[in-house]
Amino acid sequence: MSAKIFGSGIRRREDPRLVTGSATYTDDITLPGMVYAAMLRSPHAHARIRSIDTAAAAAAPGVLAVYTGADTAEALAPVPTAWLLPDSDLQVADYPAIARDTVRYVGDIVAVVVAESRYQAYDAVDLVAVDYEPLPAVVDPELASRPGAPQIHDGIAGNQALHWTVAGGDVEAAFASADVVVEERIVQQRLIPNAMETRSAVARFTRASGELTLWNTTQNPHIARFICSAVTGVPEDRLRVIAPEVGGGFGSKIAVYPADFVTVFCAMRLGRPVKWTETRSENYQATTHGRDHVQQVELAATRDGRITGLRCSVWAGLGAYLSTAAPGIPTILHGLMLSGVYDIPAVKEDVYGIYTNATPVEAYRGAGRPEATFMLERLVDRLAGELGLDPAEVRRRNLIPRFEDGHPVVTGLTYDSGDYPAALEKLLAHAGYDRLRAEQAAARERGRHLGIGLATYVEICGLGPSQVAGAIGFQGGLWESAIVRFHPSGKVHVFIGASPHGQGEETTFAQIVASEVGVSPDDVKVFHGDTDNTPMGWGTYGSRTTAVGGAALALTARKIKEKAKIVAAHLLEAAVEDMDYEDGNFFVKGSPDRGKTIQDIALMANVSWNMPEGVESGLEASTFYDPPNFTFPFGAHLAVVEVHPETGQVDLLRYVALDDCGPQINPVIVAGQVHGGVVQGIGQALWEEAVYDESGQLVSGTMLDYALPRADRLPEIEVLSTVTPSPHHPIGVKGVGEAGTIASTVTVYNAVMDALRPFRVGAVTMPLTPERVWRAIQEAQGG
Amino acid sequence: MFAPQFGYHRASSVAEAGELLRSNPGAKLLAGGHSLIPVLKLRLAAPPALIDIGRLAELRGIAVDGGSLRLGALTTHAELAASPELQRHAPALAQAASVIGDPAVRNRGTIGGNVAHADPASDLPTVLVALGAAFEIAGAGGERTVPAAEFFQGMMATALGDGDLLTAVVLPARPPGQGQAYVKFAHPASRYAVIGVAAALTVSDGACTAAAVAVGGLVPVPLRAPSVEGALAGGPVAADALAAAADRVAADLGDDLIGDVFASAEYRRAVAAVWVRRALEAAAQAA
Ligand SMILES: Cc1cc2nc3c(=O)[nH]c(=O)nc-3n(C[C@H](O)[C@H](O)[C@H](O)COP(=O)(O)OP(=O)(O)OC[C@H]3O[C@@H](n4cnc5c(N)ncnc54)[C@H](O)[C@@H]3O)c2cc1C
Repeated sequence: MSAKIFGSGIRRREDPRLVTGSATYTDDITLPGMVYAAMLRSPHAHARIRSIDTAAAAAAPGVLAVYTGADTAEALAPVPTAWLLPDSDLQVADYPAIARDTVRYVGDIVAVVVAESRYQAYDAVDLVAVDYEPLPAVVDPELASRPGAPQIHDGIAGNQALHWTVAGGDVEAAFASADVVVEERIVQQRLIPNAMETRSAVARFTRASGELTLWNTTQNPHIARFICSAVTGVPEDRLRVIAPEVGGGFGSKIAVYPADFVTVFCAMRLGRPVKWTETRSENYQATTHGRDHVQQVELAATRDGRITGLRCSVWAGLGAYLSTAAPGIPTILHGLMLSGVYDIPAVKEDVYGIYTNATPVEAYRGAGRPEATFMLERLVDRLAGELGLDPAEVRRRNLIPRFEDGHPVVTGLTYDSGDYPAALEKLLAHAGYDRLRAEQAAARERGRHLGIGLATYVEICGLGPSQVAGAIGFQGGLWESAIVRFHPSGKVHVFIGASPHGQGEETTFAQIVASEVGVSPDDVKVFHGDTDNTPMGWGTYGSRTTAVGGAALALTARKIKEKAKIVAAHLLEAAVEDMDYEDGNFFVKGSPDRGKTIQDIALMANVSWNMPEGVESGLEASTFYDPPNFTFPFGAHLAVVEVHPETGQVDLLRYVALDDCGPQINPVIVAGQVHGGVVQGIGQALWEEAVYDESGQLVSGTMLDYALPRADRLPEIEVLSTVTPSPHHPIGVKGVGEAGTIASTVTVYNAVMDALRPFRVGAVTMPLTPERVWRAIQEAQGG
Repeated sequence: MFAPQFGYHRASSVAEAGELLRSNPGAKLLAGGHSLIPVLKLRLAAPPALIDIGRLAELRGIAVDGGSLRLGALTTHAELAASPELQRHAPALAQAASVIGDPAVRNRGTIGGNVAHADPASDLPTVLVALGAAFEIAGAGGERTVPAAEFFQGMMATALGDGDLLTAVVLPARPPGQGQAYVKFAHPASRYAVIGVAAALTVSDGACTAAAVAVGGLVPVPLRAPSVEGALAGGPVAADALAAAADRVAADLGDDLIGDVFASAEYRRAVAAVWVRRALEAAAQAA
């Protein structure tokens, strides 16, 4: 059984409740006596608050209270960032939950109204009168870093939150001696994560016991408890955070937000349960955004296409305040992956993290790695163009050869395992690359403009060794834990500290246990998301749940198996060394039909009538797993597009994704993760952008303006894989949650630029809207 | 996304709807709600009351009467798109209805609400202007019929006054030999028309004997394109002739073009001819 369960595409057990609408999200929680909070948010990107008059709102029907920053100043500590990046001159600006004298982005909370109904709360929000003195605003990170730019926080010169550098090898020499240098200025536009469920919190405070329960749509309830305790002063033992069903996060539900603390504050003040749920427009303004880099990149190479150096400066917009993990995203998760899948002897990157008058930026699916992969894969294509070489060939000449157990790279990381050439060749063979190039040439003859885009990538997952977490300033650990508990009937409960929210670990984690100890996956129930009944864990982000939590679980299952073997030997009156095991059956070597099943053993261990000497009752084990290294999934993607020069429209004709995440526990779930990831990356290339005007208004403020990918604009995504186990992981798995996103943006971008080669256009800013493509062609033609 | 408070009345007849409109100053008619409810939820308007006409059977249905079609104001986009009569007698309108928004929008949204709202990015008005539709209105002073050229008066402005209710849209059935088409450059987010072009070409022996072309989406009010129509009339329907006629659209667009962050006015003006050409080709193909 075990061999079949691991790697089998069984259906996700999460889906029936999700697709029938019977799942319980935070907004579905309704408590007796519950009242509703609505936030008044700043309509200005930057303004001084001269005065706030709450009288009319307070007198409105159903209103229980109106609070402003003056009310919360004492009660709520500043909203903290949890990534205190060292060696970066990090400047952490004061981040009050409710703005006091100054607002710094459209969406900054100015007041909160609590009322008996949601409608009353929103009606009353409109009655709060705020007198603002508008100040000049800046939203572009590069402009914000220039002398003379509006200053967003007192005492933070140049709006610079951090300056971080990564360097390895002699980059100056590499450029001085290069045969060719190619460069590009790249804008990774701001994106809105668009989780299907907007953010929500329900807080209940019991005055008699001092206990607070916070239902919160979060990717990491244990971190939320830790931070919420620090900000609100409720001791951790009295604070319970529950992440019920969470409808997607993509990084935007890592942070613990001002509105969460404000909701808790209201519940504590009023002694009534308080619910706050964002509207979609509010989500667009107030829930964290992603990307927002301006990148200046140069690549040095020899005449025959060997890359000798990479040098870049990145201005990373961080928004008005530092969100929970913000400082680490454009630095650690970005800069350390600079050299990608290639043997590059010298690199240097300066990252300037810049405050701007815009929504705070956080991790967004891929978090730093898509931005790194884009720079490198774009420049590799540029190099191919410059040298007149095929882009696949330039990649071949630079790939790190296959390695199975550790490969140090120039940024200081040691990749775990990889076979990049095999991935690329398999992709090219499947896609019929040579034939595609021939078709492209023939189409050009007929005046049609096909483009073929490639990208190879490696990413960093499985965050990570806690000692490294400490060294890089992450204010927490990065281990995970699991408890496996066998009940007398042989049914299993698994408790994990990580917090899946759509990825399917309730299914895959049951498969892990099933394959390790031979129960049916249907007999394994996985608990997560409640700090009162799960062991500590650091959450679900960075494609780490399976890579770290899955390891904790596999090791725990193995402890169960070891104990079961001892109990079985005792029951069979055999020596432990003589025991054998197969598919849930423990038997004396050679006598499989006279064995004890794991269910027999679970019963005997639980009743404990006849346990071996010195062996504890019950069948339960737990593990705290701190990984020895990160994991490094990799892959290669290919896209085929057609560009219509007369309008600039782009049609995506074909997409092939090869991702190596190590052994696949459930290939259907892997494919689902790849599909979703690829599509989100395509969204960045072609459609999505959080557009601010110069005054800092969010112009793409609703789904009428912000273009998400739609099924009818997408081809079927062809999903391939290779399998390269991680040498240090108990079951070899690496993580796949973000893989698709990391490669797909640049793959599609490269395809469009390939189609545009005959027009000799320069860089085109993403998203590649028809107008931008059309203008690039017009400009190149001198039109 | 929480609308301000409003009163609600459900009308049981067109006459009662008219009375309710007159006795509730500032009230709005509610049909499919797919333009009005978003406006309320975004708090862009706060009418004191809504008068729900959604259940008035007398406003439903598609009737063919000799040479004309009568479309009840409450006919949904989905009904228009699926109607065999419409596909036969006014295929451009059926096509336009089939590319509105998504299935949910098409199942709820109505032709009456669509034209009364008069969003310049809507699809149906462009077709109705091209096909020379007329609008039947029941008002305080009785019933009247307004031609398309006078019905659409500006961005979100029509000939409908306070107390007026649109009961039906009437349009001529397609004459023999006429091919019709509607093509649309859809906004990737809203799916509304960035540019929409409706064309009706009557072809006889490879020559165009009559042409009606209207463009929408990029102008505040859908426009007929007389320069394009003139260039087509009497000429061949060969590809180069259609392309040359399409190029004339620049002369018809006027100065007041719509632009947004997705597609500027300048870009829309520059590529309009491509979309006109595509519509002409499709109409010629269908003739
Ligand atoms: C997500 C989304 C996408 C959309 N995409 C498109 C698109 O691609 N193309 C497109 O054309 N449209 C689109 N629409 C708009 C859609 O077609 C609407 O249904 C339509 O514009 C309004 O029709 P309704 O019946 O919903 O009217 P309602 O919203 O009920 O009413 C709209 C207005 O018309 C008035 N009104 C309604 N009926 C009458 C009547 N009989 N007499 C007088 N006044 C009346 C109302 O008082 C109100 O002012 C979209 C809408 C949404 C929500």
